Amino acid sequence: MSAPAGTPGTPEAGGTDRAGEADGATAPASPGALARRRRREALRRFAREYARNRAGLFGLAALLAIGALALTAPLLVDQADLTITGAPGTAYQPPSAEYPLGTDNFGRSVLDLVVWGSRVSLTVGFLATAVSVLLGTLVGMTAGHFGASGGTAGRIVSSALMRVTDWFLVLPTLVLAVALAAVLPRGTGTIIIAIGLTVWPATARLVRAQTLAVEARPYVERARALGGGHAHVMAWHVLPNVMPVVLAQTTLLVATSIIAESTLAFLGVGDPTTVSWGGVLEAARNAGAISSGIWWYMVPPGLAIALVALSFTLCGRALESVINPRLREQR
Amino acid sequence: MTSLLDVRDLNVTYRTGGGDVPAVRGVDLALDPGDTLGLAGESGSGKSTVALALLRLLPGTAGVTGEVLLEGENVLDMRWGRLRAVRWAGASIVFQGAMHSLNPVRRVGDQIAEPMAVHGTVPAGEAPARVTALLEQVGLPHSRSRDYPHQLSGGQRQRVMIAMALACEPRLVIADEATTALDVMIQAQILALLRRLVAEHGIGMLMISHDLSVLSSTCDRVAIMYAGRIVEQGPAPEVVHEPAHPYASALSAAFPRIGDPASRLAPRGLPGDPPDPADPSPGCVFRPRCAVAEAVCAAVDPPLWPVDPDTEGASTRQAACVHVGPARPLGAAGSGGVHAAPTANPTEEKRP
Amino acid sequence: MTSTPTTAGDPSGPGATGAPDPADPAGSGRAWRVARYVAGRLTTAAVSLGAVVVAGFFLFRILPGDPVRAMTEGREVTAEQREELRRQFGLDEPLWQQFLDYAAGLLRLDLGTSFQYREPVAELILDRLGSTVLLAGTGTVVAALLGLFLGARAGWRPGGRGDRVNTAVALFFWSVPTFWLGLLLIVFLASGRGFVPGLFPTGGMVDPGTDGVLETALNTAWHMVLPVITMVAVIYAQYLMIMRSSLMDEKGADYLTTARAKGLRDTLVRRRHAVPNALLPTVTLVFLNLGQIVSGVILVETVFSWPGLGQLFYSGLRVPDLGLVQGLFVVFAASVILMNLLADMVYPLLDPRVRP
Repeated sequence: MSAPAGTPGTPEAGGTDRAGEADGATAPASPGALARRRRREALRRFAREYARNRAGLFGLAALLAIGALALTAPLLVDQADLTITGAPGTAYQPPSAEYPLGTDNFGRSVLDLVVWGSRVSLTVGFLATAVSVLLGTLVGMTAGHFGASGGTAGRIVSSALMRVTDWFLVLPTLVLAVALAAVLPRGTGTIIIAIGLTVWPATARLVRAQTLAVEARPYVERARALGGGHAHVMAWHVLPNVMPVVLAQTTLLVATSIIAESTLAFLGVGDPTTVSWGGVLEAARNAGAISSGIWWYMVPPGLAIALVALSFTLCGRALESVINPRLREQR
Repeated sequence: MTSLLDVRDLNVTYRTGGGDVPAVRGVDLALDPGDTLGLAGESGSGKSTVALALLRLLPGTAGVTGEVLLEGENVLDMRWGRLRAVRWAGASIVFQGAMHSLNPVRRVGDQIAEPMAVHGTVPAGEAPARVTALLEQVGLPHSRSRDYPHQLSGGQRQRVMIAMALACEPRLVIADEATTALDVMIQAQILALLRRLVAEHGIGMLMISHDLSVLSSTCDRVAIMYAGRIVEQGPAPEVVHEPAHPYASALSAAFPRIGDPASRLAPRGLPGDPPDPADPSPGCVFRPRCAVAEAVCAAVDPPLWPVDPDTEGASTRQAACVHVGPARPLGAAGSGGVHAAPTANPTEEKRP
Repeated sequence: MTSTPTTAGDPSGPGATGAPDPADPAGSGRAWRVARYVAGRLTTAAVSLGAVVVAGFFLFRILPGDPVRAMTEGREVTAEQREELRRQFGLDEPLWQQFLDYAAGLLRLDLGTSFQYREPVAELILDRLGSTVLLAGTGTVVAALLGLFLGARAGWRPGGRGDRVNTAVALFFWSVPTFWLGLLLIVFLASGRGFVPGLFPTGGMVDPGTDGVLETALNTAWHMVLPVITMVAVIYAQYLMIMRSSLMDEKGADYLTTARAKGLRDTLVRRRHAVPNALLPTVTLVFLNLGQIVSGVILVETVFSWPGLGQLFYSGLRVPDLGLVQGLFVVFAASVILMNLLADMVYPLLDPRVRP
């Protein structure tokens, strides 16, 4: 975008299509070794490009730290301290050396609650994202593939799928998720399904667009002409090319899912038996911490949500800009 | 008498992540009022960069040096306010691909009237009448002024662009590939229109095209660019029909001439690709693709030199080739030189 | 942008007709096209509404298995009470009969009865609609103006200081849960227990005992400050990001070079040429994301005890009062669909290329 097309001095931005371009094939190595080497090189190039994005690096570092914390939480926190009866302190102690983030209305350490809460929040975030990405990729690829090459019946299926997607896309996500969580039995599984079933449409649209772009490439045409069936084309040509976009979208979706989890918990449709960040906030509100200004009960869980969501968002944007060089240039 | 446009030693360099890329190197051009100068070359040769550099329309990544004297005033060191006043009122541009050069969400009449309001050349009340007059000049009914660009055909859009370019009665009009996207019939109409307007208004026109036949039918003089440099310039018929520079002859041969069966049956292309502007190797830039290149071409980058120093009017026709300059190797006039093996594309493409 | 310029074969002489528009723009052909466009959009909206009706039935009558059990979860209920509830909500009838009753009720704007309030859901909703529209409308308008304004500035000079600061702030607010931001504002600006005295009320819409039009208006505005700030903070970020990327897409457009060549100032190039074009995709996305405003208003009303539909929804969830939640689900979804229909009607006014 630095100069109008046709201006000299700006060789066309070639080489953006890293998928299927053989470059010379000079080495007399076996095809497998060649492919492996090329993949390794692509990965290294990817890492180098990513490392240039400082915000992305910050997000990645924060996520690694939080992930490590969540995994080692059982070593850091005594689970007995998290029960109401086994609370070690007295109610509403402000932050001190013993309780760096103070205590809640039962005398539990807020720091312990936040550390332990990361487990549920991250688990739900990842699993709900997995559900929605699987669903979105499936719908998007099917709609894109059969819309591009499925004849009349395919086009009908494709446009029906997109109608459904658009319908879900327009619907208020939270209302749908809350309704699902309210009518299904309480539990973490319900929360995962409620979020997964409501945030997939954006992924489906994105994947469909990417699928259409891939299907228009000559080598897909060639594969079809050589007798490649729908499954073959989708699995061997479309999926590998859709994956990078899906990866970036997944990273962004985890942020959405974690916020959604905390929101559902806050609205009281979460799993009451587990400790999650949203659940802690709900408890804080129900205990009257807001009107009495007990800020140390309120601030840490919310900050944790914001930090994790922001980190995932930064990583997702960094991935996006590595995958889509046009964005990189503009940023 | 001062020229209308006098470009001296114009250099444009794009600063990119991978280093500086020269796009225009030492270009000199001169144009008198009422004259038409053609600028030819393949895509990537720097001709559109020249057009944009004349009004300082290049992006911030482009460094421009030299002088662009518009009626004696250097555009390149004007203050912003003066530059804005000169833009369109002093010199206007008919851009290539008028579909994208017109704002898709505004009526064409408003877009034609806009520069008049910006420059205050026409009182607001008279703008509609002036728009009507301009549209009639380019052969469009005034009802078209209420249309949006997408409602017009390609030729009509190009006519709107021309009407817009004339809105402030500029002394210089730059037509940048003004007819390229059009089919042959429309192209002929637009060219006739441009010729008529130049004659009626006495404006100077710089016409940029990759199509030598377009330029030869419209222009008094023609300059041919290759890799950011002018390699040959002179009166249009001579440059087109008896080119002196090997690149000019290749370009000329690429367009079959009506009434010349030989050229129609054997249209000659040019082997190889345009050079990578970032490649700093010495010598003549055309050497890798040149059919008459010699050993000396790898060492000497020849300047523009009169083609026929002995005849009259010698200063009007120049070419940058060892075969016409003083560095001419003995007995190597014309063809028969050593054929340099056309090396492959020097370097792979680089992203900007 | 969407169409490539096809010029071959187009006559371009004087009086020749342009490509898509016949010479007579006000003729009956145009009226017919407009009618077809409107009819098409109406059909789409009607199908979507039908889907919402079915979804509402499916979600609340079929999915829970036994709605009465879901409704009475966590309470001691006798078998007779269950039977009574079953009869009251018509659950003893066959499913198809239930669906027909429910759909017929919707046509009469009968959304059922609230278990908790013992009142028709439609009346409960009507009572609170005004305050929700006030809050959501104010929040959306402020957020859209702020987001579009900042987004246009950020996208015009991507990578610049203003862009980096704006994007960072927007991303932060986007990552923050709405309800938490509201809670923080209450703790620090309203509770009076923190570092500053309580500047704003902790909740509600009007203090009891306020009378007089002007006084009520001022008091309401005072109550609205924190809820609106919360909504705007979370919603404006997406408008900013959409506008920013949309403007960045336009930045390289040829017509901007034309505008610059005409001698326009940079700000005029942006305002007159770039922004009107960048607005088009932005408007589409803004309307597509209207559902998020509904989500936002539910949370904000819950946090600030704003007496609107969101708070009603929350109270229905707590009981749980599935009849109320179902009615609100249908109303929320339908309102978003209707707003999108409105967007479809307005969009051609902004973009001449899609005018029928």
